[in-house]
Amino acid sequence: MPAGSCCMKVGCMSMIDMGIGAEVREPGEGKAVASDTPLPNFESPIVPKGTIAGRALVAVIAIMTFLASVTIGAVMMLRAAAGDWQADLAREVTIQIRPVAGRDIEADIGKAVAIARTVRGIAEVRPYTKQESTQLLQPWLGGVALNELPVPRLIAVAIAPAQTPDIGVLRGALADQVPPASLDDHREFVDHMRAMTRAILGGATGVLALVMIATVLSVTFATRGVIATNRQVIEVLHFIGAKNRYIAGHFQRHFLLLGLKGGAIGGGLALLLFGLADIANGWLLSSAEGSQLIALFGTVSIGPAGYAAVVAQIVATAVVTAATSRHTVNRTLETVQ
Amino acid sequence: MVRFENVGLRYGLGPEVLRDLTFRIDSHSFQFLTGPSGAGKTSLLRMLFLSLRPTRGLITLFGHDIATLSKDALATLRRRIGVVFQDFRLLDHMTTYENVALPFRVMGRTEDSFRQEVVELLHWVGLGERMWALPPILSGGEKQRAAIARAVIARPQLLLADEPTGNVDPNHAQRLLRLFIELNKSGTSVLLATHDIGLMDQYDARRLVLHEGRLHVYD
Repeated sequence: MPAGSCCMKVGCMSMIDMGIGAEVREPGEGKAVASDTPLPNFESPIVPKGTIAGRALVAVIAIMTFLASVTIGAVMMLRAAAGDWQADLAREVTIQIRPVAGRDIEADIGKAVAIARTVRGIAEVRPYTKQESTQLLQPWLGGVALNELPVPRLIAVAIAPAQTPDIGVLRGALADQVPPASLDDHREFVDHMRAMTRAILGGATGVLALVMIATVLSVTFATRGVIATNRQVIEVLHFIGAKNRYIAGHFQRHFLLLGLKGGAIGGGLALLLFGLADIANGWLLSSAEGSQLIALFGTVSIGPAGYAAVVAQIVATAVVTAATSRHTVNRTLETVQ
Repeated sequence: MVRFENVGLRYGLGPEVLRDLTFRIDSHSFQFLTGPSGAGKTSLLRMLFLSLRPTRGLITLFGHDIATLSKDALATLRRRIGVVFQDFRLLDHMTTYENVALPFRVMGRTEDSFRQEVVELLHWVGLGERMWALPPILSGGEKQRAAIARAVIARPQLLLADEPTGNVDPNHAQRLLRLFIELNKSGTSVLLATHDIGLMDQYDARRLVLHEGRLHVYD
């Protein structure tokens, strides 16, 4: 039954006939629908788009996602750098030959090198020349005539990758055959480094956790704020007979898109930053100075795992936004019924 | 159609604001709901459009005890009731056409099945030229007609109007009353909440008077 043809025209009287629409009355209005009148379409979304509150929410999500992404990247880089430091230190031991009166230090060096090369798992043994050893001391001793001093000599022993040579055997052989030799496996330094990097990583992980909590809280409260501005939409839909899941579903989809939009902006900027860092990393590796910087401070690339973590974080933020909107709408509906 | 039996309502631990309400609203009937400010008219209306549950008593709507219905069933029942709010409650981001068509959209009907119906009703209420207008640029009278159109578009069996003449001049109020009378003649039961005695005197209809939380029915 068309409303206008039966229900609404009982008694052949319309609102216009009753004078209610007098202020907008046009010739022919209130009678038949003109055939050439363009028909409207229902194009507006159920939940209003492009509101100031919605844009503010996107901005909040973008900012928090950017900060969280940068924090994730920083933690990933720190973790990788800490791993590299420890691995580098663990892959090298140093033999020191003290000059002893009455002994031929060059012969002791040759014997120590020969002993080191017999040990399984040793990749490279490189004795430092006298000149190299004095150059190592130069920065600390200044212009002193080092050639006249009894300078200890060093032998750098590199351990083959994925190998675990028996350092105890090497140490025993050196003690037996080259008494002035001492072996430093950097164990104490490595232990200190491990403790320090654990502390730094713990702190960084704590900061990451705080940033993630701040992200969730700020996104949650911002979402609730935007929902509050849409209370009338929820109420009207409810009163005209919309089911709760219909209303909550519309809001959830709308806010999921807002979350993805904000996350894509903030996370995208962070990914761009990390991409540029990757390019810079490649450029640094191709130069000698850059390689030294990377060797000292670690790589500036977050790697595939880092990129995956940032993308996961963007999706998680959008999901939090959508879930919060659904929960808040359902709570709002509880208060109107 | 609607039956209240010994219905009471209190908010929280406060005193009962409505006590022992017992009345019926029959099909095709017309009634005024009146009473002084604060008498509980809005609370009673909210119970009628299922926005508020009573703290005691029995409410039967279209043959269903509302206390036993699920939320989904209540939503379905709500589609048989049209509500005109005093403040119109039109959605500002939707055009007049979309506001009026919203009940059909919520029901899941395709636009092709309701477009002509909505357009005809908009022409009938004098908003044919304002279909594309957003509520903020409508006049008070236009908003009121759009709100009424939205309330009646799905042909509800019961129409509830909360102070529909509360903020219009007497001449306009009289026209609105005539509209509600016409809707009633077309088969819709009408309950019109008002404290305008002059308006009620213009039409001989049943009066439900709320006073100090109790309801007095004058047939």
